[in-house]
Amino acid sequence: MAKPRIAVHKFSSCDGCQLAFLNLGEALLQLNEQVEILHFLEAGMSDVSADVDIAFVEGSLSTPDELERIRQVRANSQYLITIGACATSGGLQALRNLDGHHDEWRDAIYAQPEFIHTLKNVVPIASEVKVDLELWGCPVNSVQILAAVRALLFGVAPVDDRDRVCLECKRQQTVCVMVTQGTPCMGPVTRTGCGALCPRFGRDCYGCYGPSETAQSETLARRFAGLSLVPDAIARRFLLINSQAPAFLQAGGVFYRSGAEDPRAGDQDD
Amino acid sequence: MTSRRIRIDVPALTRVEGEGSLRLEIKGNKLVELGLSIFEPPRYFEKFLEGREAREVVDIVARICGICPVAYQISALNALESLSTQAVSPWVQRMRRAFYCGEWLQSHALHIHLLALPDYLGFDNAIAMAERHPEEVKRGLKLQGMGNALIRLFGGRSVHPVGARLGGFHHAPSAETVADLVEKLKGAQEDARNLTHFCASLPLPDDPQSFICVALHHPDHYAMESGEIHTSTGLVLNAAQFEQHFHEHHKPDSTALWSDLDGHPYLTGPLARLNINHAQLPDFLQARLQEIGFQLPSSNMFHSLIARALEIELALHEAIRLLDEYAYPDAPYNSLFLEPGIGFGMSEAPRGLLWHRYALDDQGLIQAARIVPPTSQNQARIEEDLHRSLSRFGLNHDEDALRLRAEQVIRNYDPCISCATHFLRLEKHET
Repeated sequence: MAKPRIAVHKFSSCDGCQLAFLNLGEALLQLNEQVEILHFLEAGMSDVSADVDIAFVEGSLSTPDELERIRQVRANSQYLITIGACATSGGLQALRNLDGHHDEWRDAIYAQPEFIHTLKNVVPIASEVKVDLELWGCPVNSVQILAAVRALLFGVAPVDDRDRVCLECKRQQTVCVMVTQGTPCMGPVTRTGCGALCPRFGRDCYGCYGPSETAQSETLARRFAGLSLVPDAIARRFLLINSQAPAFLQAGGVFYRSGAEDPRAGDQDD
Repeated sequence: MTSRRIRIDVPALTRVEGEGSLRLEIKGNKLVELGLSIFEPPRYFEKFLEGREAREVVDIVARICGICPVAYQISALNALESLSTQAVSPWVQRMRRAFYCGEWLQSHALHIHLLALPDYLGFDNAIAMAERHPEEVKRGLKLQGMGNALIRLFGGRSVHPVGARLGGFHHAPSAETVADLVEKLKGAQEDARNLTHFCASLPLPDDPQSFICVALHHPDHYAMESGEIHTSTGLVLNAAQFEQHFHEHHKPDSTALWSDLDGHPYLTGPLARLNINHAQLPDFLQARLQEIGFQLPSSNMFHSLIARALEIELALHEAIRLLDEYAYPDAPYNSLFLEPGIGFGMSEAPRGLLWHRYALDDQGLIQAARIVPPTSQNQARIEEDLHRSLSRFGLNHDEDALRLRAEQVIRNYDPCISCATHFLRLEKHET
């Protein structure tokens, strides 16, 4: 049997999710025995238009060129897997969607703003093309990537673990930071996958894996109010790394700034 | 020959962090066009930091760069903590340096093995290189893994670690965990030494050129997580004075905000650091310089590879020194009260100086932020270097040779395009 062919593509991002491959150590060399890596610029493979079995996509869409490029990637790939918060929900940079102030921001930073070609809103990959599997996390880790590759190698559907961080804390017998210290923690509404890193370090989860299944965001927002967080502080908890994930956007939007404006992203382009 | 006209397009540079392209046009024996373009769209971090709480900044700025999140966290903490009248504890100072050593180790090992070495050994990528040079590649991946383990010790994970906070760390590792890791780090020292010898034995081009070096300097040790700016032109500046001499420009015919030092391009990064601070290398590394016959200061940019190998040895040595005397602290942080005002901070990211400025209001919210990453500082130097290096190399070489040399020159700077938050893509008349 021919080795499955894979590609790793980067869009607007920090490069951190690609490190789930590059930090594999010797397992990176073993992975190469099981699959053929055709395109992965940072690792030195360049064949952007190669037909592949699996395309891994890091980053969000924020320019007209990126819209073009993702359509091409989709057309060339049997499976398309988004890796990380940027590709899956828009990521941290989608915070610029909230106020719709993109043009002002651009003009404030760049002396020649006419050279900047960006979309008005940062959007996740799935807003433009069909995505077969979403791997959440900021960043995703190597375990998630390898599990997805193995599942596809064996022809089975990858497991989509949508449990809450809270449950992971219980399994690990981690002391609850919200109950014991009154720290406003996003664990009750955030998807697991990190291993409950933050509560294990005695701090609040900040939601980097995005919403869990049946996230009770409004309930948690009320709980935060009970911990005497002001409305803006509540909004900041939900509107951070996965601000455009509907379960977070809705809860955060209620408390954002005056709350009068609808902070949800429009879809018009520059 | 005089009528020769070639155009070299490298539409997607490989083995750099982030995405960019290179365009060269040679007419006769002259380089008539040289463009290093950057694909990365701006992500506007400085703008959406506005209105966020000071405590959130470390978790936000880490996301500017997946390869050097620790540098972003520490520069931000240095800036914000300067707004407090209290200082962080000596334990926190030492452990932050150990944490930072992890990032130098990880980033330098990744750069040398996955990004730079294939050029010198004649491969397209490290995976192909591993078939012929398995031991060298495995040694590199092991050193990279050591760096990641060190970051995880304090940060829980090596990309976007979660342990750093205002006043210290959220969590102190147990003495047993630290002792286990120290043993492993000691076991990697021989690998690191062999790596330095290996890098020094490579046939690196000999291409001296003059440039200004800029690096942090600390009176007590080789500067990494703190210090004052020293330049090879004799300036000594603290973080608050940075903007008096360093300026960023948005050039219309370029793709990025460029920095200059009083109007001149300059180098930041491992070779600049070694050139400025080599007298502070510990004795065993002074001996190593003799063994490999490495003269400092060096004006050969290709020595950046050796500089990274030496800094890997230094980072291992420093981490072991700091952690050998590890004691579990009474508290991993102290709560600092931040006064409203403007805070400046900096540190030496693996690829160079990383400077931050934050204005904090009386509600404890960020009013304004400015971040100057190392790659935008090196940008002018890279183009200057490309111009002269390619001309000196000989523009009569064939396209492949010219392209390889150009890419090697660029990789010497280990540019992190994702990191350069200001970078943008310029639409320009293409052929």
